[in-house]
Amino acid sequence: MAILVDNNSRIVVQGLTGSAGRRHALLCREYGSQVVAGVTPGKGGTQVEGIPVFDSVEQAVRQTGADVGLIFVPPPVAADAILEACAAQLDLAVCITEGIPVRDMVLVNRMLRESRTRLIGPNCPGLITPGACKVGIMPGEIHRPGAIGVVSRSGTLTYEAVQQLSDAGLGQSTCVGIGGDPIIGTSFIDILQLFNEDPATEGVFLIGEIGGSAEEEAAAWIGRHMRKPVAAFIAGRTAPPGKRMGHAGAVISGASGRAVDKITALQAAGVEVATGPARLAEAMQQALRRGAGS
Amino acid sequence: MKIHEYQAKQLLSRFGIAVPRGLVAKCAAEAVQAADQLGGACLLKAQVYAGGRGKGGGIRRAGSPAEAGSIAASMLHQRLVTPQTGPEGLSVSRLLVEEALEVEAEYYLSLTLDRERGRYVLIACAVGGVDIEETARRAPEQILRIDIDPALGLQPFQARHIALHLGLGGSALQPSAGLLLNLYRCFWELDGSLVEINPLAKTRDGRLLALDAKCIFDDSALFRHADWAELTDHSQYDPLEVRAAQSDIAYIKLDGRIGCLVNGAGLAMATLDMLTECGGRPANFLDVGGGADHAKVVEAFRILLTDAAVEGIFINIFGGIMRCDRIAEGLLEAAGETGCRLPMVVRMAGSRQAEGRRLLEDSGLKVTWADNLADAAACIVRQLS
Repeated sequence: MAILVDNNSRIVVQGLTGSAGRRHALLCREYGSQVVAGVTPGKGGTQVEGIPVFDSVEQAVRQTGADVGLIFVPPPVAADAILEACAAQLDLAVCITEGIPVRDMVLVNRMLRESRTRLIGPNCPGLITPGACKVGIMPGEIHRPGAIGVVSRSGTLTYEAVQQLSDAGLGQSTCVGIGGDPIIGTSFIDILQLFNEDPATEGVFLIGEIGGSAEEEAAAWIGRHMRKPVAAFIAGRTAPPGKRMGHAGAVISGASGRAVDKITALQAAGVEVATGPARLAEAMQQALRRGAGS
Repeated sequence: MKIHEYQAKQLLSRFGIAVPRGLVAKCAAEAVQAADQLGGACLLKAQVYAGGRGKGGGIRRAGSPAEAGSIAASMLHQRLVTPQTGPEGLSVSRLLVEEALEVEAEYYLSLTLDRERGRYVLIACAVGGVDIEETARRAPEQILRIDIDPALGLQPFQARHIALHLGLGGSALQPSAGLLLNLYRCFWELDGSLVEINPLAKTRDGRLLALDAKCIFDDSALFRHADWAELTDHSQYDPLEVRAAQSDIAYIKLDGRIGCLVNGAGLAMATLDMLTECGGRPANFLDVGGGADHAKVVEAFRILLTDAAVEGIFINIFGGIMRCDRIAEGLLEAAGETGCRLPMVVRMAGSRQAEGRRLLEDSGLKVTWADNLADAAACIVRQLS
């Protein structure tokens, strides 16, 4: 079980012949994922370490039955790659690319409403169902199969959280990096909904950061609908206002986007918020205990 | 990416939006000349990357060219502090000298991204010249928000609707709608993050002009705007931030003593939180990027050490698939080259961890290895206390 990807997921890597695409496609395959195809326009008919390369996603789907896209193409052509994945009717497109112009994503976002494809990212580490399928760039070995769903706007901070969870004996059902950009295909709420319905997930760890109001919206949804214990961490409690903290989305403007408001909203929804970055697993354990008690 | 008001106005006028006559002055003599050309009376506006200039004395009125000269001399090469700059202010290296107009009414217009909906939104208000956040608090019903379908763009009927909301009907309707359509075209074609006209003025003689303008562009779209590079005024940024940006490193100077080097923005923020929680004060935010390589680590390290306030170094790399020995080699190279003798705490996770640790511990530098974030933070704080 778990959400979005499992043993049966068949991955097509868009940008397989580039250095990042090749490297990570092979690491995904090493982890056990079925990487069935690559796409690089103009390089159809070649192959990368036994993975056949096609000229288009549509051809790759027709010939290999691929249903999940993993996108590594450079920012200027990334929106086109996402739209191509949608046109080929993939179930899921995971876009790792960082630095896609907002204007391109505004258009992609508009087209996604009419598409059956779910987009994860962009500017994300991808997702992993430990022991079954890795579709992304995260280090596979820190994960353990288990019952905690992880959802995060961050990359390396997610690894930190997963490491702490695994060290504490809390394995993961699926870990999803939804991405750090202002416009992303899948929100916290979308993933929370999936975890809520997933029998393999017993609790959820949510990692947010300053900027925007996605965490507040997630908090409101959790308060109304979530039936499973949730713990969270919000990065950027000590960030200075008005500065962009690395992620395009992470900026506190005026009085909105502040860590303290996100934390308050989550706590009001019954979420156990970690008091510091070293106590992530502790917060999850606390949430599970409280969940079991109520 | 920010630009100055005068540059924003040049862009707007390229898209058919009228702006006051104005000239840029970099010294008092140029201000005198500009005022003379504009007919004597004029406004002098400090060009800085921040708003609230009126409140900080950054917009002054002169009655004659001579007065313009003396005011310019008092404004140029000073640091202007406004409610938006922070106490250190921003340096003023140019002034916009502009004609003073007889204004009948002022409005507010802006285009920006609505993150929650993932769409661009046009915001219009019949009250201009004041902070829009203030209007939003005092009189939210006066603010009109128009969602724009990106596949269609701003439609003429929407533009007329906005103009009517502003009270620009009758003979003013078509020109105002035209201005709004031009504004949207400017925003879209130039990959705007924010384009704001505040105020848009209607003059006694019925003209519509952008009295003030602010443009912020999407840094990610730089590749399709080759001309942007020369628009940036580097004097408005911390020199280290500029240098870091050139290597694609996100660096923000803070006021503490612990120099931080982290990969990934979220982890870098969490690292600052962790240090603060342990009673330490970070000297900077520094994100070398999720997949930092050897060269970037070396440059990041150099940037860190340029800040004289740094007394100790904290490195937190969750490499995962990156090799710790490679990162360690980068650190040693940078430390050797800079002659760094500061205490250093390193937390590194990834492949070849043991090799990375051995390299650092055998280097003869003052390096402490930590296995997790909490220990690492406590360690550097202890070493500096």
